[in-house]
Amino acid sequence: MSETAAKLVLQPEADSATASSEVSIGQIFLEFLIIGATSFGGVVPYLRGSLVTKRHWVDDKEFVQMLSISQSLPGLNATNMAILVGDKLRGALGSIAAIIGICLPGSVLMYVVGMFYRIHGDHDFVTAALKGVAAAAVGLILFTVMGLSKKSLAGKFDFVFMALTVIAVNRLHQSVPRTLVIVGLLAILFHRPRKKQKESATL
Amino acid sequence: MNQIPALVRVFAYLSILTVGGGMAAFPEMKILTVDVHQWLTFSQLIHLYSVGQMAPGPNMMMIVSIGQWAGGILGAIAVLAAFFGPTALLAFIVAKAWKKLEKWPWRTSIQQGLAPVSIGLLLAGCFTMAKGAITGTETAAIAVAVLLILLQYKVNPALLVLASAGVGILTFMPK
Repeated sequence: MSETAAKLVLQPEADSATASSEVSIGQIFLEFLIIGATSFGGVVPYLRGSLVTKRHWVDDKEFVQMLSISQSLPGLNATNMAILVGDKLRGALGSIAAIIGICLPGSVLMYVVGMFYRIHGDHDFVTAALKGVAAAAVGLILFTVMGLSKKSLAGKFDFVFMALTVIAVNRLHQSVPRTLVIVGLLAILFHRPRKKQKESATL
Repeated sequence: MNQIPALVRVFAYLSILTVGGGMAAFPEMKILTVDVHQWLTFSQLIHLYSVGQMAPGPNMMMIVSIGQWAGGILGAIAVLAAFFGPTALLAFIVAKAWKKLEKWPWRTSIQQGLAPVSIGLLLAGCFTMAKGAITGTETAAIAVAVLLILLQYKVNPALLVLASAGVGILTFMPK
């Protein structure tokens, strides 16, 4: 079923690509700059609002496809999406314009914040505020982890692989690449393609 | 004395580890930037990451602050290029191949297999951070409250982080 769905998606893609060939590098940069400057609390909804709803540069199905690729690859969702959408619109230059645009506002802000924090970071007032902020960030990451688990973990073995990863990194102090390769390979082999139903029944 | 080459090496390496999200690289970021190179302290790293959650754009922009501390404006630019360059190039190249592999059965296996591992890496990053950020009942209560509010209501997370700064001032200011 997903194969036919994919065919349907691949077809109009060529059409929308020609339609969007009029998008200029400057427009791409500006649109991603705006997203980079306004996307408080998570980039993905802002990307969808801007690229799909406002500009029609990508349709909803393609957006979801690109997002799933962005999530599987290393790199942040936001910057991977910038690369994919920029490339779709104007090739390599489009990608460069998009990633610079989306990163610029946050970088400048954190540059200034970093300087301010270095000078005033040890004031009681700032330390107290940051203690609250750091605790909130932990809650926020837990929320992200729970959302992702609900969406992409299937079956108890996935939770075993997840737990193995946590134990390897936090308890056994294994490096992330080693953990990724070993547990990742195990998990990929576990999810290996099974051709016939007979095969999966005997397992 | 010149930290730029070390900054580039460290952040290019961390770049590849961000599978599933920036938090996946956090345990190694702590080891490399705090323990090995001593560009900042663990609590400074936690503070910068957390403040970064209120900034717009990709959520690891706090790396700019580390680059700036260790190497000035050039350090900041070097860190940005090192952290985003490799994965950007990878996304650019692999995404095209990935689309063509639509029918390759292992493609689904790879996606399904990487999902629990990348979530595990995020969780491991979260625990590393919690070790420094959750220091008592009050901080634990703030973290739980944020989690419960996000699960229950549709609130912008950046606003909750901001509100927690206020809670922090009320709770932790020395009297």
